[in-house]
Amino acid sequence: MSITSPDGKITIEPDDGPGASFFRRLTQATDWKSGFVIPLLAVFTALVIGAIIIMLTGSSFTEMIDAYLALLKGSVGSLRAISVTLTEATPLILTGLSVAIAFRAGLFNIGGEGQLLIGGMSAVLVGFSITGLPWFVHLPLAIAAGITGGALWGFIPGFLKAKTGAHEVIVTIMLNYVAYRLVDFLLKTTLFQREGRNDPISKNIMDSAQMPALLQWLDPAMKVNIGLFLALAAAGFVWWLLFRTNTGFEFRAVGANPSAARYAGMSVTKVYILVMMIAGGLAGLAGTGQILGVLDRASPGFNAGLGFDGIAVALLARSNPIGVVLAALLFGGLNAGGQYMQANADVGIDLISVIQALIIIFVAAPALISAIYRVKSNASATQISQGWGS
Amino acid sequence: MSETYDQPKVEPYEASAKRTKSLTKGQITRARVTGIVMLAMAAIVVVVFLPNVEGEATFGLSMPYESIQLDPLVVPVQPALWFLALVLGFLGGSQFVRGFQRKATLILGGAFGVFVLAMMVWAAAGQEFNLESMLVATVARCTPIALGALSGILCERSGVVNIGIEGMLLGGAFTGVVMGSLLGGWVGLLAATLTGGLLALLLAVLAVNFRVDQIIIGFVINILVLGLTSFLTSQVLVKNPEWNDAPIFPAVPIPVLSNIPIIGPMFFNQTIIVYAMFVLVGTVTYALFRTRWGLRTRSVGENPKAADSLGVSVSKVRYLAVIYGGMVGGFAGAWFTLGTVGRFDEGLTGGRGFIGLAAMIFGAWNPIGAFGAALIFGFSESLSEKFALLDVPIPTEFLGMAPYLVTIVVVAGLVGRARPPAADGQPYEKE
Repeated sequence: MSITSPDGKITIEPDDGPGASFFRRLTQATDWKSGFVIPLLAVFTALVIGAIIIMLTGSSFTEMIDAYLALLKGSVGSLRAISVTLTEATPLILTGLSVAIAFRAGLFNIGGEGQLLIGGMSAVLVGFSITGLPWFVHLPLAIAAGITGGALWGFIPGFLKAKTGAHEVIVTIMLNYVAYRLVDFLLKTTLFQREGRNDPISKNIMDSAQMPALLQWLDPAMKVNIGLFLALAAAGFVWWLLFRTNTGFEFRAVGANPSAARYAGMSVTKVYILVMMIAGGLAGLAGTGQILGVLDRASPGFNAGLGFDGIAVALLARSNPIGVVLAALLFGGLNAGGQYMQANADVGIDLISVIQALIIIFVAAPALISAIYRVKSNASATQISQGWGS
Repeated sequence: MSETYDQPKVEPYEASAKRTKSLTKGQITRARVTGIVMLAMAAIVVVVFLPNVEGEATFGLSMPYESIQLDPLVVPVQPALWFLALVLGFLGGSQFVRGFQRKATLILGGAFGVFVLAMMVWAAAGQEFNLESMLVATVARCTPIALGALSGILCERSGVVNIGIEGMLLGGAFTGVVMGSLLGGWVGLLAATLTGGLLALLLAVLAVNFRVDQIIIGFVINILVLGLTSFLTSQVLVKNPEWNDAPIFPAVPIPVLSNIPIIGPMFFNQTIIVYAMFVLVGTVTYALFRTRWGLRTRSVGENPKAADSLGVSVSKVRYLAVIYGGMVGGFAGAWFTLGTVGRFDEGLTGGRGFIGLAAMIFGAWNPIGAFGAALIFGFSESLSEKFALLDVPIPTEFLGMAPYLVTIVVVAGLVGRARPPAADGQPYEKE
């Protein structure tokens, strides 16, 4: 199978080298078995193993059932629970898109954490330092600052990959840790630190930079806000960009076969830099949404692993923007339910990370699922990056 | 992967012969940039450090328990800083004007060393700075980093990328403390090693048999272990605190050698985990480069097809190397619990596995090089700890960033270049 540009003029044949299965994976996104059955069975199997872990740590069968009922109730059991689920899903949609769009261009963006932090810090800076603006100027300004901050942090690995061949996985891992330390430092500077505090915490953003909440007229505890619509719009944008524009075709062509893309006259350098900037901008927007919509301030660790969860979301969604929304809703529900489960059933929320890790294993190695359930699937193992051997 | 990189252009023979006399344009730019970096360091010493210090800096050279006590080194701050600034200025100036060419990387490293020295003199002005205790801490802190790097090297030399070092450390730290509390330190050490091996088995099965993307597996190992150990800590260890109270391995002084001033406490009065690290660095170096097993492992990492055609079983070699690597990683994890505090806390490895990964890259996938890198990273860790104690107005966060920034510079080839094994990360499919 080959991919063709929107105007039908260029066709790119996939690479037959070690990266070939990545291309196969992309074209199979419409196959209902590998697109839906395998992921659903992966989630189910992970939940079963989670149940076994709960019982192994000394809970009885009924306690385990209670814990899972709490998980369900805390994610979709009430309007309030749904609000928590949607709030949790919002940043996951964005970090999931960030990882997915880079996957499409054959790049593995592990740097969502750092991009999210830098984006969030830029947004909080604009959010508290500018006063006297009406909200319809201030809010877009703060959002733009957040996207820019993330895009700049994403530019570094894209530029180094394009110009020097430095592997983006190594650079993004290292940049995450640089960002953690940088945030720790910034939050103690007089510019960011709240007056009269010794601990690292930023000033609160102005009301005019807050993302309006959607359901607070019903219940002040409901934090779901317009960030959700921004995330959905971003998903639509990424889908449009990838499948309806020449730029997106170039992304996919470079992902499928960089040398063929270069031979066809595309600039691989430009694609690497641009796609990492977009990926960084999306993760930066996720951080912006957390700051302007949920937290109102920055403190160390406000990334909360969202950048890493985005990798799980993108893998479950097989890098499909619409799938990313669904996968983010599932993971948001698990996080929301996990909080409720921890508070009401005495089962720690860390179980959710275990379940998420198991889901990725089963999604990345569909042969495991096929073997357990005897489902025939032609889905191949996920092979995205090609290691850092030259 | 070669097609995605812009390949360096191969110079014709005459050009490369000529290069030894006159520099290429790229080399001149590089010489200018590194020269400016060194001159900037000299300027920082003069402008930032010099104006607000006076008196003497006292560097302690002995630990209080040593039998031979050396007199502390007393340095007059102003002349010392002027001298170091002059050295930096001279190095930077000559690099800027004509360049040290092949030695430039070495000179740049030396210049960073001089700058750190200046920073220490400045920080210690008018205070007591125990250099020896910092050096002892450096060797201790370098241990998990060096072992983590060794774990990565064993895997990657066979062609399997391991970014799950952090998870292996954390898993080893956890089972080490639980088994150590229940059955004693030695059993804990064994359990930690086996845990690392088990996690590596998962990596090997998924990478070699199922050919799953190795970066995804390593990533999954990290979040799986972080989640599982945090869950078990809150569900089990909190309710049974006696399971989280392991004996700590004491420092074992080696007779005679431990009495040598300065290097005695650093290298010959440490715990057995530290000694094991030295032994492992030596063993792995020997095994990789001097034995039949090492030759096979490296050939599978460089060119699995060729190795296969010569009758080497690629999957068997990769399984063994990855499991050995995992065992070293799990053993390294025991340092965090059995080697220091004797108890486990959520995420207590704090990214040391990734610093190990960085040390592996900085050391160019070579055990000795990685050990050197781990010493530098361990030094920056203990230096930032010391600065925090001395209340030095330098944000220690920047010292903490150093290992990561250095790694980016190295993988980008801005200064020097570390080359991974050629087949690193590529699954092998037998035809």
